[in-house]
Formats: sequence, C-alpha cells, structure tokens
Amino acid sequence: MCTLEQRGRVFVLTLTGDGEHRLGHPLIASLRSAVASVAAAAASAGPGTALVTVAEGRFFSNGLDIGWAGTSRPRLQELVDALRPLAADLLALPMPTVAAVTGHASAGGFLLALCHDYRVMRADRGVLYMSEIDIGLPLPPYFVAMFRAKITAANALRDVLLRGRKLRAAEAKEMGIVDAVCPGPAETAAEAIKLAEQLAARKWDGGVYASIRMSIFPEACKSVGIVEESDEEKRKHFASRL
Amino acid sequence: MATGDLCTVERRGRVHLITLTGAGEHRLNPALISAIRSAVAAARASPGAGALVMAAEGKFFCNGYDLAWARGDPSGRIAAVRAALRGLVADLLALPMPTVAAVTGHAAAAGCGLALAHDTVVMRASRGFLYMGEVDAGIKIIDYFGELLRQKVPDAATRRDLVMKGEKMTAAEAVRRGIVDLAVDGGVDDVVAAAVTIAEGLAARGWDGEIVAEIRKAAWPELWSKVKDYGCDAPSRPRL
Repeated sequence: MCTLEQRGRVFVLTLTGDGEHRLGHPLIASLRSAVASVAAAAASAGPGTALVTVAEGRFFSNGLDIGWAGTSRPRLQELVDALRPLAADLLALPMPTVAAVTGHASAGGFLLALCHDYRVMRADRGVLYMSEIDIGLPLPPYFVAMFRAKITAANALRDVLLRGRKLRAAEAKEMGIVDAVCPGPAETAAEAIKLAEQLAARKWDGGVYASIRMSIFPEACKSVGIVEESDEEKRKHFASRL
Repeated sequence: MATGDLCTVERRGRVHLITLTGAGEHRLNPALISAIRSAVAAARASPGAGALVMAAEGKFFCNGYDLAWARGDPSGRIAAVRAALRGLVADLLALPMPTVAAVTGHAAAAGCGLALAHDTVVMRASRGFLYMGEVDAGIKIIDYFGELLRQKVPDAATRRDLVMKGEKMTAAEAVRRGIVDLAVDGGVDDVVAAAVTIAEGLAARGWDGEIVAEIRKAAWPELWSKVKDYGCDAPSRPRL
C-alpha cells in the first residue's frame, strides 16, 4: 500500500501501485505507521530532515474509500474519523513536508496534499478536485479548516469548494495552492525531493519547526486535535536556548 | 524633544516622526521599548499631530530582541521584553492617528513584527530584508505574535515562506507579495521622506483620531483582543 525509504536526509513515502490509493482503513493505517516511523527516525537523526509523499500511477489519491462505505453513513463517518489523525500526524511532523502530486488528488486526496507544507504537481495530467459538492456530501469540519487555512484567497476557496473546480497544475500554481509545476511524474518527484533536500539543509530544529507551523495554521491544527503549547512552555524553551 | 539617546522625536508638519538612533541593530530590550512607548505617547498627546512615522538610522530598522541582554536572566528577561513589545503593539493599535513604518534597513524577528504592527509599511529598496529568523534560530512563536503575523500576512503561502521558511524578503519581493506597501529607492533619508509624505497625506484627510483607533481595532479584532491588556490604556497592567 505504501513504502518508506530514506534518501540521505529526506524520507520518501510512496503510495504504491497503479490504483486510486483510496483512503480506506488499510491504507490510512499504513500511512500512519509510516509517518510514525518518520517521526521516530527524525528524533534520532537530529535536525535537518524532510518528508516527501509521492504516488505511483495516475492518482495521487482519489479520496476516501467510498466504495467500501457504500450507502452506509456510519462507515463513511468512520473513514472521515480515521483520516483525521493522519492529518494531525502530518501537521505535527517535526520536519518540512512536500507533497509530490503525481496524479489526481480528489476530496480526501486533495486534503492529504494540503496537509503538507509544500506541493509540487505534474502539469501533463491530473487535477486537484473537491468533489463533495458534485457528489452531494457535506465537508467534515477539519476538511473545511484545512482548506480555509491553506487557500486564503476568497475566490480560490470558492472555486475549489463551492464550484467543484478541477484544477490543473498551472492554475493551481496561479491560485497559490501549488508551489511548483513540472512536466511529468518523474520530474515532479525529482523536484519534490530536491526541494525537500534544500529544506532539510536548513537544519531546522524539528520541534521548533512543528511549533512554528502550528503558529502559522492554528485553526487547522486545532481542528485535527493538535494541542498547542502554552506561551509559558515556549518561554521555557526559549530561555533554555539562551 | 528626545527620549534619551535611544530614539528621537520630531514634528514635520502634522507628522510625528520617531527615529531609533545610532548605527546599531536597535535590538529590543525594555529600555528601548520604553523609550519608543514614551515617544508614541508623546505623539498621542501632541496637539495637531495627524500621523506617526517610525524609522531608524543606520543599516538596521530593528534586528529583533536583545538576546545578549536577555541572557543575563533568561526566563525573567524574555518574559519582560515580550510583555513590553506586546504593550507597544497595543499602543500602536490604539493610536488615534494613522501609523507608517519606514523600514530603513533590516527588520528581523520581533523587529519585523514591529514594522508589520503599523498600518502602512514602506521599505528601502536598495538594501535590507524582512526576515523572520525564528525558525533558523530555533525560537518558537508565541500566540499574540502568531496572530499579528496571521492578520498582517494573510496569504497562506507568503506567510509560510516568510515564517516557516525564513525567507529573506527584499522590499520588491515584499511589495509583490503584499506585505509592504511601497519600495523606496535611495538611502535612509529617502525612505523617511517617502514615509513622511505618505503620513502627511493621511493626516491631511483630517480624520477623527478616536475613530481611526476604533476602526483599526475593529479591523484586527483578534490581535487587539490579545494585546489590549498590555497597552497603556489597560485598566490593570500585568506586573513583570
């Protein structure tokens, strides 16, 4: 379902196989396990690591496994509830994160891409798409919080959530949703890894990096259940560094 | 009128100009912040003052907290200087006249925040960066300061690049990304002159100062709520 490798200071998490990488219980559990390994490895690796998440095939991820959920609302809610801690794991990860959007990213898959700090996307095919409005599904609160946090231009947010606009990489870049556009999947993965290497080379203290991420996106972090440190705890940390 | 040798204050027409003096980094400690707050209070009390400009001499606008001083008693002094800056931000938000930061040189960390706490920011084009150096220095950002950044740098990608990536932004880049209003060619005096011209134009609008303050607080309500208890008008100021 997914593999994890370390290339120097960069951890590369790959969603494997040609399928849609639907976020059902098995894949979510695999991803959480992989991300937990990354966090643990980071602790021993010391400052200066980064994560790239990439996918094989035509899809980055086509969202929650609604096939498994079928018409069962409780099952759908289960998947929504299961994805939330993965989002939290990524938002709390003590290193910079880059999503290499090597294929379609819809609904929960688009959310997964947004949970990363940076996005590199292929130009030749694939769209970012929030399908909920077209399918007739409400948005879970933490989905909304993430989109509102990361897509701050009002008309961009409206287009994505309220119009179900399908974004190619170039448009997504113009809207500030994607940071870099590459011709195809191989270039996209390479560019994402290169960016990750540059970020890792800054040798940031992972705990500080994650804390600053929370200061920048507090509502999104709260919405997935991350509890921010108090000012008092931050002051103790600052004092210990002096 | 001067407030010691830390900053000077002068009137240019309707503009009240505060200049952080000397060729140094104008690092923030309680003494400097107190001098600045006195100067801001003087502007508030100055008859006919219609706008405030904050500028600096030398290569730096403000390079952040005075960490050398803070090392003397880290826990206590960090708390003290943070509370002092929080109070200055409150005073600027509550000021009954428009405010203009003339970023005449480097503005880093707390110094960058100080610049952003003004209504309008002009910046020297030829040298100097905005730099949120906390991520590089390994310093976490406290709640009200994060709020200041979120309010004044609303674009998610720009905020991420400035704060999570520690990008050093030139004036041109900062203008392009909507953080700074105007990049000014030339030297420190040219930047100050441009800021004063803008400030004079704002003063000439003849706005009721109390209304300026109320509308500003209403425009940045989350930030105001997080700093108001530290300002000079707060009913009971926190003891340090």
